[in-house]
Formats: sequence, structure tokens, C-alpha cells
Amino acid sequence: MTVRKNQASLTADEKRRFVDALLELKRSGRYDTFVTTHNAFIMSDTDNGDRVGHRSPSFLPWHRRFLIEFEQALQSVDATVNLPYWDWTADRTSRSSLWAPDFLGGTGRARDGQVLDGAFARSANRWTINVRVDGRDYLRRDLGAGGRQLPTRAEVDSVLAMETYDMAPWNSSSNGFRNHLEGWRGVNLHNRVHVWVGGQMGTGVSPNDPVFWLHHAFIDKLWADWQARHPKSSYLPAAGTANVVDLGDTMRPWNDVTPADMLDHTRHYTFDTAA
Amino acid sequence: MSHITRRRALGIAAGAAGAAAGLAVAGSAVADAPRAAAPAAGPAPASFDEVYQGRRIQGGPAHGGGHHGGHHGGGYSVTIDGEELHVMQNADGTWISVINHYEPVATPKSLARAAVRELQGAPLVPLTLG
Repeated sequence: MTVRKNQASLTADEKRRFVDALLELKRSGRYDTFVTTHNAFIMSDTDNGDRVGHRSPSFLPWHRRFLIEFEQALQSVDATVNLPYWDWTADRTSRSSLWAPDFLGGTGRARDGQVLDGAFARSANRWTINVRVDGRDYLRRDLGAGGRQLPTRAEVDSVLAMETYDMAPWNSSSNGFRNHLEGWRGVNLHNRVHVWVGGQMGTGVSPNDPVFWLHHAFIDKLWADWQARHPKSSYLPAAGTANVVDLGDTMRPWNDVTPADMLDHTRHYTFDTAA
Repeated sequence: MSHITRRRALGIAAGAAGAAAGLAVAGSAVADAPRAAAPAAGPAPASFDEVYQGRRIQGGPAHGGGHHGGHHGGGYSVTIDGEELHVMQNADGTWISVINHYEPVATPKSLARAAVRELQGAPLVPLTLG
């Protein structure tokens, strides 16, 4: 059974296996297909048109399914590997062990944002940025640029307290839990973390940085935490909503999975702490 | 430069079209400006054409057809050194691009400038939808 652990508690061996599996997916070309898929949805999900992966109620089940698929790909390389999560309310500086050379490597250099240490540095020649929006083929970061701060636990708790899953108009202007977690409104959780990391994480091709998966694994855990706090609240909308994935509608690109299928994460994995 | 001149003309018209009701506008020009994904309220942004940190940034209403896939700027197009920057307008009227996707700014010009700073001299690559 897959148990997703806090990245801060991984052993040296678990980190090494995770990194090696990422490098193998990259080498085989499978990794970049995930980047391509994500960017296609980033560019096509709009507030007033069809929206599936982002700025809509299905942001959470879509990314849950996306991460499950990615985790299964990792496990096809090394069956012992599970996706870790990054609790950025706790590990909130560039000095966190997350950014050490034995794991994801650190921030980028001032001149061009290039990450210079760890397995994902361009110089190691195993992490070329192929699916890109500009000419640069090296991983970039600018951790905490401009004095930006990651969300605090109190800010997370204020969002987890929201009882209603999502509200009309079911987009980036909505009130409710989903849009506050996604970050288009209010204290801003998910979006702000992308901006804090900088580099490719601030762009539509954000999965080029492996931290994408650890960030979204924590966002996914926060959804599970919210469900545990609000057992009587359900995914919304239930049915009949134009341009939006209702509870029983299938989601692109898989077309065989619905938000209803994704509500119970324990069918697929558990967390190292009770949700 | 007639292309740019036309863009500017359209920009003025589209701006007027999006402003508060009651403004008289030139109907034929307005009809040229696709606005399918634009928010319901708020003025359309002004066109611009300037050199910012050594890069030519331009913005204005997009012409129908001919652009790359996945255009969701409400009919508004932004280029950097002639290459299209994928932009999108949020429901509250703010803007994001594929370069600065998670941090909305107020206007397309601010968005183009933010992209120039982020690019640090690198060229945009042509847009694709994978």
C-alpha cells in the first residue's frame, strides 16, 4: 500500500530512490509527457469557458488523478517509491533539507536563475528542460524572491475552516474552500507557493521542477484534511453545470474518471499522519 | 506599419466597447474584436507598443484566426519581440501569462513587462497546446 510521507521525514535511502526514479522517467521521455499535459490544461482552462484542471471545482480531483498516474509511473521504475509531500507551512525557508544537494537541490544563481547543485542541475546532464515556454533548457528557481513568504499554518487553517467546497460561478472568482486553497482569492495558498519557488514553477510548465509533485501532494493532503473536518460537506456542483465538471462527469484527458471516483484517497494511498 | 496602426485603432475601439454603457463606438471596428473569453464587465485594456529592458513588447486586440492555439486573452494579443506570449484574463479583470501563471497583474502591459523581467533576455518559443 502506498503511504505518502512528509518529505522532511524521508531517509537518505528513500530520497535517493525517489530522485533516481525521477531521473529514469526523465531519461525514458515519460516525465515530459506529464509536463506537456499540464501545460495544455493551463493554457485551455478559462474562467468563462471549459475548465477542468484549474480555476474550477475539479482542480482538486484532477490533480489527485494526475498525481496518482505520476506516482504509478514512478512505481513502475521502483515499486518502493511513493510521492512525498512538502508541508510548506513547516519547512518554509530555502535552508530546508528539501533543497539540499541530496534531494531537490537549491535555489538558482542570481545571474540567470540556474540551479547549480543536486541531480536536477543542468550540468549533471540528466535534467534538460525540453517542454518549455522560452529558450532556456536549464532548471531555474528563485526561492523566496523579493522577500516573499510561504503561507503560514494559521492561513491554512483559515481556509480549512471553510465549510462549502466551491461556489458559483465555479471559477477564479469563486468564494469557498477550493478557490481559497487554489489561491485566486483570499490569503492565497497554492498559487503563492508556485510563485515563491519561482523559475519554471511560476509558469505553465511548472511540473518541470520535481517540487511540483511534492507541492501538489500537500495540496491534495489538505483536501483530505478538509474532508475530515467537514464530513457533511461534499464536492460541488452536483449536476448540470455548463463548462464545469460536475460530481459525476468524466474528466479530460482520461475520460474514464469522475470527481466522485476521486473523493476517497484511501482507495489509492494513505498519509503518514491521520487526515 | 499599417498592421500596427490597425491594431491601435482596434484597441481604442475595443476599449470603448468595454467601458460603461452609453459610450458611442465605431460599430464595424468593434465587431472585428473577438471577445469570447473576456469578462462580462470592465473596460478592455489599451493597446501598447514599447521597448522595455531591450525587448519590444506589443499588445492589442488579436485578429481573428492566424494565431496559435489556446488563445484565451479575450481576443487580446501580447507579443515580445514579435513572438506571441500566451495570456489570459481572469474573471476579476486581472491578467496572467504562461510565463507568470500564478501571479495576476492589473494590465497586459504590466504582464508583458513582468515576462520580460522573468525571461532575462531569453526568447519566447512558439506556443503549442501539446
